[in-house]
Amino acid sequence: MLHSLPNFFHKNQRLRLIALLTTPVLWLVVAYLGALAMLLVTAFFTIDSFTGNVIQQFNLGNFHDMLTDAAYKNVVLRTLGIAISVTFICSVLAIPMAFYMAKIARPRSQKILVALVLTPLWASYLVKIYAWRTMLEPGNGVLDWLLGPIGINSPGFGGPAIIIGLSYLWLPYMILPIYAGLERLPNNLLDASGDLGAHNFYTFRKVILPLIFPSLVAGSMFTFSLSLGDYITAQIIGGKLQMLGNVVYQNFSINLPFAATIAMVPVSIMALYLYLVRRTGALASM
Amino acid sequence: MTISRNARLLLASLLGVGLAFIYIPLSVVIINSFNASKTFSWPPSHFTTIWWSKALENTGVREALKWSIFAGLSATAIALVLGTCLAFAVSRYQFFGREVISLLVVLPISLPGVVTGIALNSAFTKQLGMSTGLLTVVIGHATFCIVIVYNNAIARLRRMGTSLQEASMDLGANGITTFRLITLPNLASALFAGGLLAFGLSFDEIVVTTFTAGPGIQTLPIWIYNNLFRPNQAPIVNVVAATLVVLSVIPIYLSQRLSQDSTTGGRF
Repeated sequence: MLHSLPNFFHKNQRLRLIALLTTPVLWLVVAYLGALAMLLVTAFFTIDSFTGNVIQQFNLGNFHDMLTDAAYKNVVLRTLGIAISVTFICSVLAIPMAFYMAKIARPRSQKILVALVLTPLWASYLVKIYAWRTMLEPGNGVLDWLLGPIGINSPGFGGPAIIIGLSYLWLPYMILPIYAGLERLPNNLLDASGDLGAHNFYTFRKVILPLIFPSLVAGSMFTFSLSLGDYITAQIIGGKLQMLGNVVYQNFSINLPFAATIAMVPVSIMALYLYLVRRTGALASM
Repeated sequence: MTISRNARLLLASLLGVGLAFIYIPLSVVIINSFNASKTFSWPPSHFTTIWWSKALENTGVREALKWSIFAGLSATAIALVLGTCLAFAVSRYQFFGREVISLLVVLPISLPGVVTGIALNSAFTKQLGMSTGLLTVVIGHATFCIVIVYNNAIARLRRMGTSLQEASMDLGANGITTFRLITLPNLASALFAGGLLAFGLSFDEIVVTTFTAGPGIQTLPIWIYNNLFRPNQAPIVNVVAATLVVLSVIPIYLSQRLSQDSTTGGRF
């Protein structure tokens, strides 16, 4: 009986598929989608201001509060601004680095450079932000000591610090897809462009950039979405500045429905972003 | 395109600037773990190894390390099983909703951690009446680790094709024997790389952990976070941070040796 079991499964494609799918799909749907759906529903509830209990009565009050209060609009705009700046800084830093790694470096040093870029991904997130706390410390920080002599001072803790910190955290996520994209790009395309008389920069703008655009988009998915939801960086090096994540975090224990409402903002922005990315077709080449 | 000497030099120096940007803060962490000053004023005037010996004796760190390793191993084990099953289903079968699965599996790491965190917390504590603890941490971590294993496994399964399996079956091996002798050995290094990445992700995770751990459990990132702003713990935090920076070389070395699918270790 037991011996025939493997063959029984082999002959029943459908059964094998069900056996493979059931547990993981149940896990993801119950443990994750279910929780997410409940959170979405909670966003439409309110809390009793005396007892702090959640009142399960459907209303749009939280959304109304969020959309009419200028403070929340500022947080949304600030968070978006930070996420866009981080994505921009990461792209500007990553393109030349990835280009050198993929097209100029010799195979041996190429391997070492990839390892050098990958290593910080394994260093702890907190350690990296903590490192920037030491770097940015106004007065006796490393940045003041390093750049003070040439007249540049640390921006201290606040918005610029958050942008620097997040760019630092997510830079490898931008370099690696661009590097992979450039590596796939045949060298003879660049040769052809050069032979036809295009300068380096013209070739970059007209040949390289359009071809690595999907990789840029792939990288931006990390830099943009990871920045959008972050709150720990803001807590450690952001001074008093708040991002969307901080508002969610603060409301979580005192007003869960409102925290859920705010949490829908980064989720909707990401959904819109993913939809736009899908339309560019960049996802298919990831 | 022949790249002019000047352009080469420019690109090389930009690469240098980028690498300096990446490595200066990490070096500062390592140097500061030897800084004799308790306030870590920069540049350090004296060096000492006393913080290292104090950190070794610190029971909080050891306890946190234990929780982190345990949670990481459990989450990785679950993710390995579930991620591999999904990868087999998606790469070897045609079925309704196949596209939805590849979306469902990336969702937990695409959405902000704070959203996943509060969703899981309220589902566990309010809907299911569970108390937060090690179990909830493992469930949370496993959920976002599945995609890492899935990505690694599916890339390998697609590259492998089905001809070897078919040959094995034609020669009379049943499904289990084929899996044991053909499929699994071919898949093993991809699963190892995926498992390594999943463990690394779990080991470093702080946001979802904050919401699922509850007061009883401190993983290493939670311990660091709780002690970050305590002046008398700062030297120990520095040592732990420096250790984590140095240890990050090991998985890089391992994944570069093992993963032939891509030089980036299957993250992309």
